[in-house]
Amino acid sequence: MAGGMKTKTVRGRNYWVYIVLRYALLLIVALIFIFPLIFMLVSSLKPDLQLLRDSGSLRAFVPYGDISFDNYLAAFRRVPLARFMFNSVFVTAVTLAFTLVLCSLAGFAFGILKWPGKNIVLAVIVATLIIPFDTISVPLLLIVNELPMIGREGFKMGWLDTYHVQIVPFIADAFTIFLFTQYFRDLPREIIEAARIDGASWLQIYRRVIVPISGPVFATAAILKFLAMYNQYLWPLMTSQKEEFRPVMVGVQYFFQLNVAWGEIMAYLSFITIPVLVFYLFLQRAFIESIASSGVKG
Amino acid sequence: MQNALTSRPARPRSLQKRQEAIAGWLMAAPVIVLLTVFVIAPFFFAIYFSFTNQRLISPNPTEFVGLRNYQRMLNMRFFSLDPVSDATGNPVLNEEGNYSYPRLRTFTRDNPDYPQLDGLREYTSWQVGKKRLYLLVNDVVFIKALFNTIFFVLVVAPLQGGLALLLALLINQRLPGINIFRTIYFMPVVISMVVIAMLWRFIYDGNNGLLNSLLSFISIGRFEPQDWLGNPSLAMGALIAMSVWQAVGFHMIIWLAGLQTIPGVLYEAASTEGANGWQKFRHVTWPGLRNTAVFILIIITMQAFGLFIQVDVMTSGGPLDSTQSLVYQAYVRGFQKQDIAGGSAISVLLFLIVISISIFQAYVTRERRTR
Repeated sequence: MAGGMKTKTVRGRNYWVYIVLRYALLLIVALIFIFPLIFMLVSSLKPDLQLLRDSGSLRAFVPYGDISFDNYLAAFRRVPLARFMFNSVFVTAVTLAFTLVLCSLAGFAFGILKWPGKNIVLAVIVATLIIPFDTISVPLLLIVNELPMIGREGFKMGWLDTYHVQIVPFIADAFTIFLFTQYFRDLPREIIEAARIDGASWLQIYRRVIVPISGPVFATAAILKFLAMYNQYLWPLMTSQKEEFRPVMVGVQYFFQLNVAWGEIMAYLSFITIPVLVFYLFLQRAFIESIASSGVKG
Repeated sequence: MQNALTSRPARPRSLQKRQEAIAGWLMAAPVIVLLTVFVIAPFFFAIYFSFTNQRLISPNPTEFVGLRNYQRMLNMRFFSLDPVSDATGNPVLNEEGNYSYPRLRTFTRDNPDYPQLDGLREYTSWQVGKKRLYLLVNDVVFIKALFNTIFFVLVVAPLQGGLALLLALLINQRLPGINIFRTIYFMPVVISMVVIAMLWRFIYDGNNGLLNSLLSFISIGRFEPQDWLGNPSLAMGALIAMSVWQAVGFHMIIWLAGLQTIPGVLYEAASTEGANGWQKFRHVTWPGLRNTAVFILIIITMQAFGLFIQVDVMTSGGPLDSTQSLVYQAYVRGFQKQDIAGGSAISVLLFLIVISISIFQAYVTRERRTR
């Protein structure tokens, strides 16, 4: 596979054979990645009987026959899907908003300002990157269980079965802080000095000078955080015993023992995946660049 | 907070410095507090709990138990048995012509002569000459989870990293429409592992599964349908294949970013010197990718050690504990069984493994760079 390397091929019949072979290879690999997803979307429209009959042939990937949205309606009846979707969107959006503001502020403090203790604090924050969330989830559960909160029912102890518990622990994340710090550090000092001489406060410099020119890093941080939050599973599984606070990913559990109703399962999976896929297809360049930049800088 | 000071254009340097320090601390304060409470504190709590008998809800006060949690998990011994002999000292053979041995239980259950074996169970055993050599462990499920997780990482890290590099080379071509392929290869990455795992339960299904149909179609019906997730010798492989399929696009993009930092003039120079495709890869591409390689290996390793969702959604650790994983056991013990201490001890071990491997990988690859 000589991919990427420009070969000085003579443009003749061989050249075109070469090009066709390359496309063939690209296409075969693409099918491997996309077939399961097409199968999911197509199956969500078929009744179970047809779904199982079709799975033995290429018909599994063709929407034909008795096509309907019945599976979606059934999934909505089985699971409070609208509620779950609201929870997912709400938790993701609120976390995202707080993360972007607080982590970029911190990135500004680490990347631009000079203050005593900065380097040690930053080193500790970067060191936390090595702690996998899985390893702290159990003791974190105990901590949030002891935290006080003021909710609709007044003052109570314990954050279990709330939105807080799904939002607050994820607002500050070391990786996002690191991303902002790196980006701000590389900005030209002159624009900041100029604003200082004009008498702007640091908060004003952050808001009026830095934020407007930092679109790319905000987009990167937002996309990565969005994916992480919308796809959360372990933590909401542990902290939301009550149905009313569960996000869509935990809702998948309702189908664990349901081996017969595959159409319904596919409908549920499609319903919770389509928003992400649409989002991705519209912003695919930004999605891919955000991953790429996380790698180059990390 | 600094607004009161903004209108004065000329400020003394010391005041400016103090102001900057205050601004810095204030702006960093929210994330410092949040990370301390929700990451650093639970991390130290995990270490602390692993030395206690803490439970989520317990009538008894928490006690310090030292290393007991770790000993229970990690206790393992080799033990060999001699074949049963008759009065003359010759080993007795059973009907099939094999040696017969005393029952293991007689040594591991309340035998005053072997207190160190008490409560241990057989993990596996080998025939060594006339003797039977046993590996005895205290916590069979934990040891299975440990070995399975290590196996998963050892297979996934090179496989996923290597395939991702091949995909990156494939996609790093100037062809019309190449971005469409890039978009497709990356697509599974944005989808939740929960969704992917549930979808692949159908693909792997033993009766109507897509994979069985596909394989029997390719082999013109000669392929015997398999229950991929129900067969102890296939289940882990099935999880590995799916995990790689889901995540490989992510690492492809990181390789691609690395590839694109290699200056094109190097390839042109190599071409003028008559290098072939493989030589260019070996002497231009690969040296330019070393840092990327280290980074990719470390993140795949860290991600792979977190094996959980696939197990929880697809197999619950079965069949016959063949897909137990460390994080799954930490979850089962710490959360489902409310044994916070046991779960924490697994977490601490996991953390120690991950950090030592990261340091080791960084060290090994640094050696190579200076050579």
